[in-house]
Formats: sequence, structure tokens, C-alpha cells
Amino acid sequence: MNALTLILIRLAFLAVLWLFVIAAVGVVRTDLSGSSASGRRQGRKRQPSRSRPAQPAKPAKPSRAGRAGRGAPQQLLVTGGDLAGTRMGLADQQITIGRANDATLVLTDDYASSRHARLFPQDGQWIVEDLGSTNGTYLDRQKVTQPTPVPVGVPIRIGKTVLELRR
Amino acid sequence: MTAVATHSGAGAAADPAAAAPMPRGRRSTELLMLVFAVGVVLAAYASAGLGLNGKLPAGLVEYGAAFAVLVFVAHIAVRRLAPWADPLMLPLAALLNGLGIVMIYRLQEAGRGGNPGNVITTMNTSTTLYQVVYSAAGIAAFIAVLVVIKEPRILQRYTYTLGALGLVLLAIPAVLPDSLSVVNGAKVWIRIGGFSIQPGEFAKLALAIFFAGYLVAKRDVLALAGRRVLGIDLPRARDLGPVLIAWGASLLILIFETDIGTSALFFGLFVAMIYIATQRTSWLLIGVGLFAAGTYAASKLSSHVGARFTAWLHPLTHANVFCTAAQVHCVSSYQLAQGLYGMGFGGILGTGLGHGQPYVTPLAQSDFIITAFGEELGLTGLMAILLIFGLLVQRGLRAAIGVRDPFSKLLAGGLAFVLALQVFVIVGGVTGLIPLTGVTTPFMSQGGSSLLASWAMIGLLMRISDTARRPAPQSIQDEGMTQIVRAR
Repeated sequence: MNALTLILIRLAFLAVLWLFVIAAVGVVRTDLSGSSASGRRQGRKRQPSRSRPAQPAKPAKPSRAGRAGRGAPQQLLVTGGDLAGTRMGLADQQITIGRANDATLVLTDDYASSRHARLFPQDGQWIVEDLGSTNGTYLDRQKVTQPTPVPVGVPIRIGKTVLELRR
Repeated sequence: MTAVATHSGAGAAADPAAAAPMPRGRRSTELLMLVFAVGVVLAAYASAGLGLNGKLPAGLVEYGAAFAVLVFVAHIAVRRLAPWADPLMLPLAALLNGLGIVMIYRLQEAGRGGNPGNVITTMNTSTTLYQVVYSAAGIAAFIAVLVVIKEPRILQRYTYTLGALGLVLLAIPAVLPDSLSVVNGAKVWIRIGGFSIQPGEFAKLALAIFFAGYLVAKRDVLALAGRRVLGIDLPRARDLGPVLIAWGASLLILIFETDIGTSALFFGLFVAMIYIATQRTSWLLIGVGLFAAGTYAASKLSSHVGARFTAWLHPLTHANVFCTAAQVHCVSSYQLAQGLYGMGFGGILGTGLGHGQPYVTPLAQSDFIITAFGEELGLTGLMAILLIFGLLVQRGLRAAIGVRDPFSKLLAGGLAFVLALQVFVIVGGVTGLIPLTGVTTPFMSQGGSSLLASWAMIGLLMRISDTARRPAPQSIQDEGMTQIVRAR
């Protein structure tokens, strides 16, 4: 075993160790952005099977929403309140928000109503609608009185909780 | 980075619920990373054998197969029991454990069978085998945690039971006579027959659960009551009770077990969890201030702690002093200095596994395993190992952020923090950044208690991360839609 081989073994092992670290960081990275990347892929893949029993009345209308489009929001991120940091991938289904156990996003917020608001996709946009909550839903600083489209990055306030759509 | 691209592809294909609000299970990614980790460990083992005597080590196939089987049993258990858990925790822990085994093998072989170096008298020819058996026990503990604890919240029921258990475990070595509790000068053991365990390692887990349960119940009063002085929210005097009790207990450990490491871990865990629970910096300042005052006083009062401080401040002036047990005011930093020389000898790229002299440092297989890695893998390898620890901590904190239930959140945060703190205390100690204290390097040091406790901790973290990432049941979303229709 000559000196050169030993040096090569030594360097090769260090390289392999660092490759492992880099691969691990790669997994962390796909885990961070993973839901949006895969959401896009799945959105496209699921298109044909969209008009299943779930929504027989309006065949493929909400899914036409161009979820594959690059500008469409992919995630709902909670930026304020007890659940801050929670994120949800946006599918083609509506998201109900409130304290009730059957809400899609269950809030632990004393200022939120049981069925506070809902977010649903329509024609490529996400619409927020207040469901008759006690303390109201605010889009930016505007009280939501009728179904309103939500631009990406604009805060929706429900009680102490703040939500945002993200790409 | 083609490897990563295939990961995400595999993960997406394995996903059963496409509308899931959270990321997919990603078990295939885990498997891929595990294969990678086993490969790195085998490469390290082969490289150590080649470095020692130019031959592939004798047990390459046996040890390699045993390690691979252990790791894949753990993987199958995760697939069955926690399919949504984090994909990285198991590979990272397995790699650290495997590298530890390799380094222990390399130290055990020094001076034996015609290899260069001196025989380490505290190791015998079956030390590596024992370490593999302990790893098996650790993985069994990991699986047992996943089997027994189906929901992290059920632990909340045993808050005070586990708190009492933790304190008892911590106190046992202090109460036992020295003949039953002292190994290598540290009074942190229970010795029964030929077997010895370090109860403090398990106390750490029990106390983390206790703190989480206690703080979930009390955090509002700790966070809200009190007044603001000089921009800092001071808590009420009566709410200081628990933090003072924790401080007193950690000082008692410091005095009766002369163990700064465990005392720092225990108190650090409490302060960090109080901070996570209340989000108030004042607790952090109070905690750090109390601990600094306590250790300073201890360094003046206790000759043992004082000697540790002197050795830390002047590692090279006391490098050639050898103390006997009878000498009271004797300071020896031989071990610390040898560790520092070793890392200096390793330099940037290291000497290569099997080529250095890590056996010169006393206890290189347990407390000083980090300097052994520093010497043979160099700064480059040590950085990689520290990054792997860092990633493990990051995954723990990610689980804490993801999970909704406040008890699990606090528990995951506390466990991830105590892992980070333990690595900091031992790595900081052997590199001379902070006074050296004898805590184990998680997953790497020789010894069963530490491995068992570390694997059990990974089990808890993976259970919490499984809860955090599990998609909401589909039926709930459908029900929600039905109700909206009815409301119209």
C-alpha cells in the first residue's frame, strides 16, 4: 500500500462523508419546497380524475382553474397566532377555517368562530368568504363582507391568526 | 445532485393522499439515505482497517451485515409504525452511531495484532462487539418507543410520575456509596454486578417530558404575570419558584456528583423549555445569570470544579501533571492537552483513519471521541460530523414547529435543544471553548446508557414528527364541504 493510495483513500472518504451531508441538506431542501413542487406535479396528474363523485354538478370547472399555471398560489401559510409556521398545500378543494374540529384548518384562537371563513378556488383565483363569524375576517385591513379574491402574499386576519397564500 | 432529484420523485410516487396538506411520507427517501449511511460506515470501516495494517478488517462482512440488518429493521419498523415521520432523522442517527462504532474499533485495535500504537487499557478485544450489541439494544429501544407511544400526548398523563422518576434517577448515584457509583472519578453511575448504567442519560428524557407537561399547564401565568423593568419583563417572585427549584437541584448535582456536565444539561434544558413556552427573554437572562453565578461559586468552593476551570484556562501549563486520588488541590490537563495536540496534528484533512495516534488521549473512546475524529478526519471530517448533529437538531426543531399540540411542541423543542446542548458541552469542552465536563457524545461515545437514551430520544422525536406530518383524514374535509352546502 503506497503513500499515494493512502492519501487517495483518505480524501475519498472525506468526499463521501461530505456527499452524505450535501445529500441530507438536499432532502431538507426538498422537504421545505417539496409540497409546492409536488403539488404542481400532482395537480396536473390528477386533472383527468377530477370530476369524480365529489363534485358531479360542476364538471371540472374549478379544476380548470389553471393550477398548473406558474402564478397560482401553492400553499397556505400561517404567519401569525398560535399556529404560526403551519403550512398547507393547496389542492383543488376548499379550505374551511375555524375552531370547529371538522374545519380543514382548526384554529386554537379565542377570537375565531367555530366556522369562521372559507377559502375556495374559482377561475384560477382563491376566494375568501366570511361564514358569518363574530369578529369578522379581514383581508389586509379591509373587512371581508362578500367573497373576495385573495392575492398572493396579502395577509388574511382571523382573530389573532394571520394567513397568507404563497407560491 | 442527481441523487436528490430522484429522492423527490420517489417521494411523490409513494404518496397515497395527493390532497394531503403536509409533505409526503418519504419513506423511500429515508431508505435511500440509509443505504448511503451504511455505505459511508462500511467505507470508514474498510478505510480504518487499511490504515491500521494495510488489510481489510477481518470482520468487515460480519459487522457490516450486522449493522445493515439493524438499520433496516429500524427502517421497516418506521414504515409500519410511523409512516409519516421525518425521513432524515433515522439515517443521520444511524450514520453517527456507525461512525462511533468504527472509531471504537480503530481504538480497540491500536497496539493489538501487530498494529501500530499503544494498547488502550480501558478497552478489551470485545469492546466493539459490545458497542454493536448496545446499538442493537438502542434500536430496540427506538422501536419500543414507537410501539408503546402511539400519540405523544399520552405522555402528558404521566407528567409528575416521570418528573419524580427523573429526579430519583438523577439522585441515585449521589446517595449510593462510592464503590457502587464511581467510575473513572465520576459519581454518575449505578453498578450492579458486572453491569453499570448511567441513570442521568434516562433522567434527561423523563425530565424533558416533565418540563413539557408542567410548562404547558403553567405557561400562561409565567408569560403574562409580572412587570416590566428596563425593557425586560420580570416574572412575579412566586412564579420564580420552579426555576429556583430546578437551579437548586442542578447545584446539588454539581456538589454531590461533581458533575458540571449533567448539571448544565439539566438546567439548560429547563431554561430553554421555559423560554420556548413563554417566549420571554427575561427567563433566558435569569437562567443564564443564575447558572453563571452558581458555577462561579462552585469553582471557588469545590476543588474539583475549580481544577476544571484552571485546566480550561491554562491547558498547557498543567499538561504534564499527573494527579493521584489522594491529592486534593491538583490540576491536570494532560487529557485535554493531548486532545488539543491530536486535533492540531490532524490539521485540515486529518491523518486518515488508522494513521493518527488518538490512543494517546485517555478515554479517547468515550469523552474524547471527538478529538479522535478531529485527528484522523481533520477539520473537514469534524465539520461534517458537527453538521450531521446540526441537521439532526434541525429536524427535531422542524417537528416541533410542525406539530400542533402544545405539549408535543414543547417536548420536541426541548429534546432537540438538549441534544444540541450536549454536543456543545462536550465538543466545546474538548476543544477548550468551555470548561471540560464529562458528558457523552450522543450516538458516538462507547457505552450502552448513552446509546439507549439517544435512540429512545430519536424514537420520541420521530413519533412527534409523524404526528406533525400525518395528513388530516380525508373524511374530515369531505364532511366540511357537506356542511357548507347545508349552510346555504
